[in-house]
Amino acid sequence: MLTVENLSVSFVTRMGTTQAVDDVSFNVKSGEITAIIGESGSGKSVACYSLLGLVPQPPGRIDSGRALFEGTDLLQLGESDLRKIRGRDIAMVFQDPMTCLNPYMTIGKQLMEPLRLHGKVSHADARHRALELLQEVGIRDPGSTFDNFPHQFSGGMRQRVMVAMALINEPKLLIADEPTTALDVTIQAQILKLLAELQQRRNIGIIFISHDLSVVADIADQIVVMEQGRVVEHGNREAIFENASHPYTRKLLSAIPTGANPHTVEGGDTLIRVQNLHTWFTENRETVKAVDDVSFEIRRGEVLGLVGESGSGKSTIGRSILRLVPVTSGTVSFDGTNLTALSRSAMTSMRQRMQIIFQDPFASLNPRMTIFDTLAEPLLLHGIENRRSVAQAVLQLMDKVGLARQFARKYPHEFSGGQRQRIAIGRALATRPEFVVADEPVSALDVTIQAQILELLHELGREEGLTMLFISHDLAVVRQVADRIIVLHEGKIVEQAQAETLFQQPQESYTQQLLKSIPGRSIRT
Amino acid sequence: MWRFVGIRLLQAIPVILAVITVTFFLVRVAPGGPFDGEKAVVPEVKAALEAQYRLDLPLWQQYTAYLGDLAQGDLGPSFKYPGRSVNELIASGLPITAELGFYALLIAVLIGGLAGVIASLKPNTAQDYIPMSAAMIGICMPSFLLGPILLLVFGIYLEWLPVSGWGDLPGDKILPAITLGSTYAAYVARLSRAGMLEVLSQDYIRTARAKGLPEWQVVVRHALRGGMMPVVAFLGPAFAGVLSGSFVVETIFGIPGLGRFYVQAAFNRDYTMILGTTVFLSTLIVLFNLLSDILAAWMNPRLRQQFSKG
Repeated sequence: MLTVENLSVSFVTRMGTTQAVDDVSFNVKSGEITAIIGESGSGKSVACYSLLGLVPQPPGRIDSGRALFEGTDLLQLGESDLRKIRGRDIAMVFQDPMTCLNPYMTIGKQLMEPLRLHGKVSHADARHRALELLQEVGIRDPGSTFDNFPHQFSGGMRQRVMVAMALINEPKLLIADEPTTALDVTIQAQILKLLAELQQRRNIGIIFISHDLSVVADIADQIVVMEQGRVVEHGNREAIFENASHPYTRKLLSAIPTGANPHTVEGGDTLIRVQNLHTWFTENRETVKAVDDVSFEIRRGEVLGLVGESGSGKSTIGRSILRLVPVTSGTVSFDGTNLTALSRSAMTSMRQRMQIIFQDPFASLNPRMTIFDTLAEPLLLHGIENRRSVAQAVLQLMDKVGLARQFARKYPHEFSGGQRQRIAIGRALATRPEFVVADEPVSALDVTIQAQILELLHELGREEGLTMLFISHDLAVVRQVADRIIVLHEGKIVEQAQAETLFQQPQESYTQQLLKSIPGRSIRT
Repeated sequence: MWRFVGIRLLQAIPVILAVITVTFFLVRVAPGGPFDGEKAVVPEVKAALEAQYRLDLPLWQQYTAYLGDLAQGDLGPSFKYPGRSVNELIASGLPITAELGFYALLIAVLIGGLAGVIASLKPNTAQDYIPMSAAMIGICMPSFLLGPILLLVFGIYLEWLPVSGWGDLPGDKILPAITLGSTYAAYVARLSRAGMLEVLSQDYIRTARAKGLPEWQVVVRHALRGGMMPVVAFLGPAFAGVLSGSFVVETIFGIPGLGRFYVQAAFNRDYTMILGTTVFLSTLIVLFNLLSDILAAWMNPRLRQQFSKG
């Protein structure tokens, strides 16, 4: 149905020309899901957007290639002809349903728009069709939500609306760009299932763009692996997962977190005791019970995994322990000291012993401080080093987290995501803390980088005898690093157990549901 | 929403009270008084005048008496226009100034908004640079310069439009409105360009393009509303600014509006008139800021919902 041959796209800026897509060929058959896999910057999205004229030119430039869609070369079409194909024959679903729907327009209007645009359809017919589709993608009671605005829907519901919007003109090809990356695992599982069902029922072709091989492991028919603008390998699912020949594909496959933490520890005495913790927020005069009566212990030297979907309160627990958010009631004691009763100044000196690593290494480093200053700050603040000795200590810290010493005078924007997370880890470990909260430390990173950072955390943790609270929405990742796991749901603890016990014999139905939602079970077992 | 409005109005009270107090004492600290003229007035007459206008009382008594009158909505008698109250004078000037301000803002939003949107569609090209350079000139060009230039060109050399007056001759409102509106048009152009650029880079614009919408529909249906939010927020302060800043234009074009009274009052040490206009304008500024905040919130569905809840 779609045959792309020798497609090359580059970006021409004042800084020079970048080859984003380099001689890429692939084809998509109707009734099949073709997955395009690659890490950020691999050109996977640009390749697909350029087919539909959605890459702004300039700076974009299509250098060569053909894209035959039912006999027509899309790359030779003018804007007005392409427009007739967009949204009618080829539709798209994007990554972040939070930002991809117009916040100023009701979802009903947005849904009907492509239908009214491409065909002569009356308002009543369009509405009828839109309601039908909403039902089909699993929106309950579409009639009453039709005139709601996007912010009144959850992320998963919005993505369903996006899917309905893409399907409303019965396209022959659907391009889904990371359609589940911004969603919780259980929602991701639902959307993946929905896409697979729709593709079967309607016999359409789907291009599924993703950075994560495990996501497409259960649904893709064909897999195209891209690296730095080039296709390095393509084949059907079995060929890729069982006989990958290119080293990069093998690297991607080995980066998929599989199996358990190989060296679990029992942990020593209790370092942290959380008792009846409540952290409530008031939003628009409504109380949100982010953490609702949670009690647990963390033993010295162990890695406790805290797992839950967005809104489960997992990050709030981490921040409550460090007193980064005000606690409503309950106590947190650290090595016998009740932190919730400490004065501000006493807490400051305690902070040296406990640190946090945040999710987004792009946002959590001060862009106006060099790496040297970022790493030196906690050392000087807590009086661990003086002005003269600090340089040596910073360089040693950089060695420890795997950053070359000559980077010391650079600013955060000069680093990649993985390097920035190394800096953030270095900053957290500077004061030689006993306890570290790692709040989704790898979820903003590419899979191969994710594997490296997990490895680093694991090594450093063992070396320093660190106690860690590892917060993540990704069960496979937690399984790899944690000794013990707590599952959270809506601010309450659902289940806690030794890591492998939890995975082998989950007791609660919510835990079972979470485990079932992990994508790529076919490759993990 | 009423709660929000109520809180904002309560917050306005200390602001306006501070404005009254500062203005009240400042005008009295300034050298000269309302009855000092080139011609010496007989001491008895001056004393009688001062007694009539309560200027013989201690300062704090003048202040409390003024506040008492103000609480009843009475801005007091004018010192320089015997027999006329400040309320009357404001009431006679306000409609003219408000009409002038309305036209000026209309021009500002239409021309500025259009220029900003056009510029935002092709950033960093001639289509962007030309209107934005014009906007820069508009911001830099003071109205006491632009007014006379327009007057000379269109009033005197070309004789297309009348040079002064208000509502006497057809077309005599055009030049003042353009003079007053040009600075605001320039600001609106810059705000709407920035707002549109921000919105046009949003993911939902890409969604709209992926649906196959023609570019003009993408802009009009999907981008315009979000892109104009900064302009809406600017409208309130702009209208207040137009009202209080119109005196230059009113003076150039001989328009009997509020601004001229204000300037004359300052020259004449017409205490009550200065105070009255200041109080009136600062109240308007507070109200218009509130109005534009409400409008901006109402245009945002998420805020509108919160608003209607409480």
